[in-house]
Amino acid sequence: MNYDSILNQRIQGVKPSGIRKFFDILEEMTDAISLGIGEPDFVTPWHIRDAGIYSLERGHTKYTSNAGMLQLRREISAYLNRRFDLRYDYAGQILVTVGGSEAIDLAMRVLVNPGDEVIVPVPSFVCYGPLAEMAGGVPKYVELKAEDQFRLTPEQLRAAITEKTKVLVLPFPSNPTGGTMDRRDLEEIANVLRGTDIMVISDEIYAELTYGQRHVSLANLTDMYERTVVVNGFSKSHAMTGWRMGYVCAPQPVIAAMTKLHQFGIMSAPTTSQYAAVEAMRNGDGDIEHMREEYDRRRRYLVENLNRIGLSCFEPKGAFYVFPDIRSTGLTSEEFCERFLLEEKVAVIPGSAFGPGGEGFVRACYAASMRDIAEAVARMDNFLTNLRRKQGREG
Amino acid sequence: MEKEKLLELLEQDCTMTPAQLAAAIGVPEGEVRDTVKELENDHTVLGYQAIIDWDRVRKETVTALIEVKVTPQSIDGFDRIAQRIYQYDEVESMYLMSSGSFDLTVIISGRTLREVAQFVGERLATIQGVTSTATHFILKKYKEKHLVFRPQEPEEREYIFV
Repeated sequence: MNYDSILNQRIQGVKPSGIRKFFDILEEMTDAISLGIGEPDFVTPWHIRDAGIYSLERGHTKYTSNAGMLQLRREISAYLNRRFDLRYDYAGQILVTVGGSEAIDLAMRVLVNPGDEVIVPVPSFVCYGPLAEMAGGVPKYVELKAEDQFRLTPEQLRAAITEKTKVLVLPFPSNPTGGTMDRRDLEEIANVLRGTDIMVISDEIYAELTYGQRHVSLANLTDMYERTVVVNGFSKSHAMTGWRMGYVCAPQPVIAAMTKLHQFGIMSAPTTSQYAAVEAMRNGDGDIEHMREEYDRRRRYLVENLNRIGLSCFEPKGAFYVFPDIRSTGLTSEEFCERFLLEEKVAVIPGSAFGPGGEGFVRACYAASMRDIAEAVARMDNFLTNLRRKQGREG
Repeated sequence: MEKEKLLELLEQDCTMTPAQLAAAIGVPEGEVRDTVKELENDHTVLGYQAIIDWDRVRKETVTALIEVKVTPQSIDGFDRIAQRIYQYDEVESMYLMSSGSFDLTVIISGRTLREVAQFVGERLATIQGVTSTATHFILKKYKEKHLVFRPQEPEEREYIFV
């Protein structure tokens, strides 16, 4: 069988993530420190796990409604109102999905027609471009700059818009840069979007993890509600990655279209996870504060110390990543990460994995214990010192 | 500086260096050193100890929780008699309780059951003012100071790119 001719052309056109070989090395190392995986190091708070277990004890093992349990959608609606001043009706504007990722996939597929352009700011999480392509769209990458604190500027957006532009992806707070867009920044983006029919997929999965000021959704801004698809979930805010619980909020016709896809492809999100999610929404605000405070301490420590040992690092105001500039080492981000892993046994991710704008940077996730972070910094210091010595000899 | 924040961090992990504490709180390192010294001097920080699972090292360790009923003294109330009890090195922790059925909780550790029984019978019960004791031996320790004994080994997992 010639699978090249059998498999879908579009799928074959999408390149797999190049990070795999890295993890293969990492898995062989027993004493490595990983700042590589972008997920909370916390276990889901016990009361949330317990709610999941209790739902199983009561025998709640059947499908839920396609859009997700009514009580969960009610809780999500109340939560968004309480925490972000967003108003979404539980009865037609909220869909519970299998993680935020499913929501992004659905949004692309209901919004994009073949040939439509999707503006994707990079460096950013790796899924937007491939999902746009698989929906038949054409991703248009906009390279965010360190000197703009990795924010999308109105000039960049204006330059990227053509008559084919259908969707703008707004991935803030950002994985991998930790960059955020505050209300003023978003206001400038809104000014460019007003008067167009461009829809926005606003991936707000890190909305709870901002340091210093609260996250603002584009949907909060005048005239933006009607064009915004807000993607969020429980993975980052409540340390629930494995439960695969996400949700998406949008104007009713968009949610109706997404629900149609979801009902054929997924049926309904996992029931046990939905019961746990109800508990997370009802009694989990304290967990969020606790985890955010922990991340914040580690963030400050890591940023300060990376700068101290000579890796310039802008202060990330969101998510749980730092994105130091490694250009001074003369290595590509991939060389840097591979040598750092082999020589010092610490895993960080090359910026190039997150799109063209990421070269020259590496991503370190500080959702790790303070002990590991401190040890990683010491090893990084050692690595840089050795590197400079070697380069000095060669030069 | 917010002393409470510093204390919370130390309570969680007192092996954090002043530099780490300073970065985590967002103040200069010198300030952390000074404040820690101050808190040690005024006995806000009583000491630094490791939490140890002795079962991994020794075959036998016995911990008992003893409910003690006392007759309070007229002048110093419970404190005087409490002092007589907690001066013994064997006493690990001790608390005055609000319960109606007894007054003091005394936690002691010994190498053997006999050692503990001896302490209760010969030392504790004979103190003037102690009217009765009830000894509960601890069978298994699950958690102490937020730390779980014999935590689960991390499961082998494959890495995922997110």
